[in-house]
Amino acid sequence: MAAIRTISFDGVIVGGGGAGMRAALQLAQSGYKTAVISKVFPTRSHTVSAQGGITCAIASDDPNDDWRWHMYDTVKGSDYIGDQDAIEYMCSVGPEAVYELEHMGLPFSRTEEGRIYQRPFGGQSKNFGEGGQAARTCAAADRTGHALLHTLYQGNMKNNTVFFNEWYATDIVKNQDGAVVGVIAICMETGETVYVKSKATVFATGGAGRIYASTTNAHINTGDGIGMALRAGFPVQDIEMWQFHPTGIAGAGVLVTEGCRGEGGYLINKDGERFMERYAPNAKDLAGRDVVARSMVLEILDGRGCGPEGDHVFLKLDHLGEEVLESRLPGICELSRTFAHADPVKEPVPVVPTCHYMMGGIPTNVHGQALTRDASGNESVIPGLYACGEVACVSVHGANRLGGNSLLDLVVFGRASGLYIENALREGIELRDASDTDIDAAMSRLDKLNNSAGGEKVADLRKELQNTMQNHFGVFRNGEFMQEGIKKLADLRDRIEGASLEDKSMAYNTARIEALELHNLFEVAEATAITAEERKESRGAHAREDFTERDDENWLCHSMYFPGDKRVEKRAVNFEPKTVDTFQPKARTY
Amino acid sequence: MLQVSIYRYNPESDSEPSMQDFQVDTGGKDLMVLDVLELIKGQDTTVAYRRSCREGVCGSDGLNMNGVNGLACITALSETVKDNKLIIRPLPGLPVVRDLVVDMSMFYAQYEKVQPYLLNNSPAPAIERLQSPEEREKLDGLYECILCACCSTACPSFWWNPDRFIGPSGLLQAYRFLADSRDTATDERLARLDDPFSVFRCHGIQNCVNVCPKGLNPTRAIGHIRNMLLSKAT
Repeated sequence: MAAIRTISFDGVIVGGGGAGMRAALQLAQSGYKTAVISKVFPTRSHTVSAQGGITCAIASDDPNDDWRWHMYDTVKGSDYIGDQDAIEYMCSVGPEAVYELEHMGLPFSRTEEGRIYQRPFGGQSKNFGEGGQAARTCAAADRTGHALLHTLYQGNMKNNTVFFNEWYATDIVKNQDGAVVGVIAICMETGETVYVKSKATVFATGGAGRIYASTTNAHINTGDGIGMALRAGFPVQDIEMWQFHPTGIAGAGVLVTEGCRGEGGYLINKDGERFMERYAPNAKDLAGRDVVARSMVLEILDGRGCGPEGDHVFLKLDHLGEEVLESRLPGICELSRTFAHADPVKEPVPVVPTCHYMMGGIPTNVHGQALTRDASGNESVIPGLYACGEVACVSVHGANRLGGNSLLDLVVFGRASGLYIENALREGIELRDASDTDIDAAMSRLDKLNNSAGGEKVADLRKELQNTMQNHFGVFRNGEFMQEGIKKLADLRDRIEGASLEDKSMAYNTARIEALELHNLFEVAEATAITAEERKESRGAHAREDFTERDDENWLCHSMYFPGDKRVEKRAVNFEPKTVDTFQPKARTY
Repeated sequence: MLQVSIYRYNPESDSEPSMQDFQVDTGGKDLMVLDVLELIKGQDTTVAYRRSCREGVCGSDGLNMNGVNGLACITALSETVKDNKLIIRPLPGLPVVRDLVVDMSMFYAQYEKVQPYLLNNSPAPAIERLQSPEEREKLDGLYECILCACCSTACPSFWWNPDRFIGPSGLLQAYRFLADSRDTATDERLARLDDPFSVFRCHGIQNCVNVCPKGLNPTRAIGHIRNMLLSKAT
């Protein structure tokens, strides 16, 4: 029998990063009873680590800039499996969303005219790829994510949003109709478990980069939303698509923004050669991230890597001069000195492609409503469940995200989710209450863990999982090797489900949280592995040695992974924007 | 083997706090203190601490290491370890929830008190509010605060009056909005700070400046606020 306390809200947002707080702000402003559940104090969320900026056609750098050019770049960047209606929405609504942030106080860097400073980023062009490099990424020095996240927290504070900080959501509560009616959550400070009931549950739990051994992601990026959705039987889309950022600091994994190359930095191999000129003659170092990451790996594999082990390349910045580096890239100078022991003013930074971003996620429409599909292929909205930000796949990034588009994605779709829910609440949302049995079902994983005995150590299992993903599902993939990886994961499942929790104490028990997070990491990893093996082509970030070409005939589509029988289905990409002509797939060169 | 001594306290089982010693094999590397904590967590999962970004931008892992406040993830052993010994304690002056985790509500309450958000009642334009690079430059050294609390918990005035003295972090943010050309609430902001405790309990000890992991200078910001308050009074 469920005997836990219930707290009720109109809207509950799980996750206090940029997407969650933008959604929360919208709902709080509307006067509905809104709560944010965040496993860390909101300004500790991973949005804080975003550096280079938020890409948006606000026409500051170029008065003639056009959101349609941004849309073209994004469609091309996605390798044509981004949904064009969603990309159209993001790029056209973007300026409004960015101005709102500025009005809220976001301290953007400025131009001489007093407008928001924009810098060039990878994959950006003017005039549909015909007009050369664009500068479209709005920046607050190289701390844009920090500035954005703090501004959103401040905005929520001003609007009296209720925050459950350091509360951890464990699982979805579904009612007898299969609708989502809230989550089970643990108050970390006291250890109390509560049913948080809601008419609208928004997942804004961010990414899961910690499935890889080498990642730019924070410790907290454990795919909690994906884990919860999969356990509830809901599908995920394009989960095989993982972005490896070209410039993670070798060894440490810490991110060095693409803005470095936007400001004029470039990559060199051990011979000092600017090798991107060979791989992407036009865009060079500002080609798509997937293209640059692969080129780097090829350089390293061909024996032209730097350092005693030849296992990285160098990012050269010193020619930009101390003044530019200290004013435009102060955070990078700091990080490089701390983690690479290299002062960018004097010497190059050792970098290597590093897991950075999950393009896939919970499939949604442009209102943030989560989608599923029944056995006969009929698509429907999952009542009560919404997703936005990195955990969602709306899909604006397709097979490869452009730099600066993640911040835009989370602001635009966090906002869109809030707007939609506000309307839905006004019209009235009727969902049947969860029964005690429904709540018990959602509690079962936590109960099992709390009553467990024995088992292997969480830290050891996590490491094994991360190494398996790193080795078998990295920048380059091949079928045979992936099948081996899938076998290793199959062996890991039972061991991870039976992982040990020696410490059963209540107060701030981080061991319990880490065990629960490990379950989520595993769910994301397994879905990634199975879907990656299934997609028999190379597209965007998914590069296969055994299927080296893009196969539009068979794979110009989303993948959809269903957790029950672990099957992968195909889903059509949207090619029907509302106000512009379709961008037809063509060869993707930079 | 590095000798690490960690402050332990679990409210459910311990009547009082104690120090526990660990031996850590660093492999001869100059690890960050957070890496050492992760290694210890591998030995003993009951040790509780906060961490998130591991690169010094989220502000989760403010700790007291060999007597000095800082962020565990960007403090290298070579900067802090003396005689092969590392003593890790929670940030001083705040109630301990468990082990290295402190209750930060008082710190956050002081932050909220300064209304850390832009106040501007004129209707917003269709584009951004314009701001010159010179005006924007005034926010440098202010907006970068990560709310780690290293400064406020190193401040004797905050230890004495955590409920009435805003503390260096909150005051840095107060000035961040006073200095913003887009903010129109200067008079109201100053009026809210105009009492003997909120600002004037700062005695210029500068512990805040010494420990700030982001290299910010709260004392200077407090000086600016003082000047604004004083010139308003005359």
